[in-house]
Amino acid sequence: MIGYKKFKFFPTLLLLLLLFITEILTAQEKKKANYIQNIPGVSFKIGMNFISGGTFKMGSPLTEQGHETDEAPVHTVNINAFWMSAHEITWDTYELFVYGDYDQTKGLGVDAITRPSKPYLDMTFGMGKEGHPAIGMTQFNAIQFCKWLYTRTGVFYRLPTEAEWEYAARAGTKTAFSFGNDTTILGEYAWLKSNSKEKTHPVGSKKPNQWGLYDMYGNVLEWTLDQYIPDYYSQILDNSSDPVAKPVNLYPHSVRGGSFEGTALELRSSARRGSDPSWKRIDPQIPKSIWWFPEAPFVGIRLVRPLITPSKKEIDAFYNQKPIADY
Amino acid sequence: MSITKKSTSQPLRRAFLKTSAIIAGGTVLSTLPFSGVYAEEGGTIKIALVGCGNRGTGAVFQALSTKYNIKLVAMADAFKDRLDQSYDAAFKKFGKAKVDVPEDKKFVGFEGYKHAIAEADVVLLVTPPGFRPAHFAEAVKQNKHVFMEKPVATDSPGIRSVLATAEEAKRMKLNVVVGLQRRYQKSYKETMKRIQDGVAGDIVSGQVYWNSGGVWVNPRVAGQTEMEYQMRNWYYFNWLCGDHINEQHVHNIDVANWAKNSYPVSAQGTGSRFLRTGKDYGEIYDNHTVEFIYADGAVIQSQCRHHEGTLNRVDESFQGTKGKFYLNANNNSGKIWDSQGNILFTHAGKGDPNPYQTEHDELFEAIDKGEYKFADAERVAKSTLTALLGRYATYSGKEVKWDEALNSQINLMPDSLSWDALPKILPDANGMYPFAIPGKSKVV
Repeated sequence: MIGYKKFKFFPTLLLLLLLFITEILTAQEKKKANYIQNIPGVSFKIGMNFISGGTFKMGSPLTEQGHETDEAPVHTVNINAFWMSAHEITWDTYELFVYGDYDQTKGLGVDAITRPSKPYLDMTFGMGKEGHPAIGMTQFNAIQFCKWLYTRTGVFYRLPTEAEWEYAARAGTKTAFSFGNDTTILGEYAWLKSNSKEKTHPVGSKKPNQWGLYDMYGNVLEWTLDQYIPDYYSQILDNSSDPVAKPVNLYPHSVRGGSFEGTALELRSSARRGSDPSWKRIDPQIPKSIWWFPEAPFVGIRLVRPLITPSKKEIDAFYNQKPIADY
Repeated sequence: MSITKKSTSQPLRRAFLKTSAIIAGGTVLSTLPFSGVYAEEGGTIKIALVGCGNRGTGAVFQALSTKYNIKLVAMADAFKDRLDQSYDAAFKKFGKAKVDVPEDKKFVGFEGYKHAIAEADVVLLVTPPGFRPAHFAEAVKQNKHVFMEKPVATDSPGIRSVLATAEEAKRMKLNVVVGLQRRYQKSYKETMKRIQDGVAGDIVSGQVYWNSGGVWVNPRVAGQTEMEYQMRNWYYFNWLCGDHINEQHVHNIDVANWAKNSYPVSAQGTGSRFLRTGKDYGEIYDNHTVEFIYADGAVIQSQCRHHEGTLNRVDESFQGTKGKFYLNANNNSGKIWDSQGNILFTHAGKGDPNPYQTEHDELFEAIDKGEYKFADAERVAKSTLTALLGRYATYSGKEVKWDEALNSQINLMPDSLSWDALPKILPDANGMYPFAIPGKSKVV
């Protein structure tokens, strides 16, 4: 009887197991999809695009027009899957983090965050706020924004690594731009010196790349996690997985994608640039602000969420890195 | 080194004695034996810092970053922690050769400025503005060249004091540079030169703005006396700060006066404490809108606001009988159009010199060469008074005349300065401070 009962029960169990497995798979597939990150208490949303993992050639060959030595040698890099925000983060969302009294999400999350000093200057530089990319923040400030968002959403966000950024910008291509090498059509995809009228523009007002990412080229340079090391590509092993040059110095950090002030060739997928102390030159205070660059209206941020969430301990360690004083 | 130090200050002291004697004798001095005292003797220019906050430390960095032989020899601040932080930053950056401030030349407390000033040839006065009139008077009394930050007062008695000291400084041929750095900024100089040449005709109207999300706040800490609390949270008290229309917006108001090449005859306006109303925010308003009327009938509107999440705007626009122009310090931009909107002039200021550095480069060049070139104090006192005129207008809700503002007898400074002394403005039982009510309060 017992055996029979067991036997009779078995197909049901099998069915349940199958269903369960299907559920898991569906959930996983579901997980590997684009999603919208809501922020509690406000109407602003952040569209996150799923970027499948893969292997790509990072850097550019000598033959590419505009090639610089810091883009060589071309090397193979493996990238784990992640999500990337379809747009550069706008002031609409960023100001919630900057201004404590204005933050309508306050009380909806843990408030154990440090907010930036209120910028003394007009950090929109008269270029516009609603829909425009948040600009002029230091890399430390950008990471603290990620922490603020984490406390509001429970989701771990960070800046992209240089490798992730270039992988996403290339969207599977090997050409100078994701649409090819023809700089004459760059204006369809990007705000740059030749069409920007010296201003940032609302995010997403140009064509996206093949992976649905807007403004990867132009509008604003985007912070990465990496220290900018000109010969980094000859320092790392070929076939590395998710390489990152962990910053030990305040300058320079790597910024990517060119800006509304940039020339076409400065916007290429492989073009690299480092942050510079001159961006704080006119800060009249000492110590200089750890939060703002009064002369960098051309740098902003785009978010990444890795597929595999780090441990709580790793997250805390990442967000709670001490800022390096700037004299 | 000690011989050098001595030799640099001696000629100045002698000059001072001679000047004093002549002034005491009632004669206006026309020339002074004052040429190349430092350059000729290869001597060091000794500076003292009065007010060791982040801006004060920044000013020291700028002075020590000029190409002249300059040494920081004394420091003064009401607070020891601020002084120590400032000293540490400067010492770390410049080392003993340029930062030589032994413990007995670090003066803590309200009276330290007198001693610090005595040690130097040039003094940097960078405390909150309420102290500026007394510190400036002392510096000039001690025959020192001056760099001082804007604004230069927070009430009318303070303005009158600075105007009197400015006269004295002129007589003594002491260089005085004041930190309204737009006056030293290339985009402004280039644009204003053309405006003064009449490119835009007579200026009939303008709009000047400082709309931002506000500034820092230092909440009360247990154990602080009322005086210490107000000193730490100085931005929100008028005797120290003069309200943000004075402390920040004076920059843009000074540009209005520059564009008009004169000062207003009257003002009327409106303002309030609307969003920033808590007990951490003292008595100042969070918004002011003022119409400044000039003698020729020109009207310049000023708007300054500390509201988080609203439009940021810090710039100046003016309209003339032949054209209009726009200035933005943040972007180093200056533009002039004709009446039809055609561009007449554009200053693309990328890579322009840092105006905060230029102030010091020019001041110390003059001092090093023994030249008398800078007399900013009177002009900045009048632009500060313009900002106060605006505050009097918004606080009173009435039209206020320039002469009323200049002659106001309301003195905001405490009767005595010590940690146990009481400022004139005090909180109620709930920790809230009284503030001006338009139509009711007597503010002029």
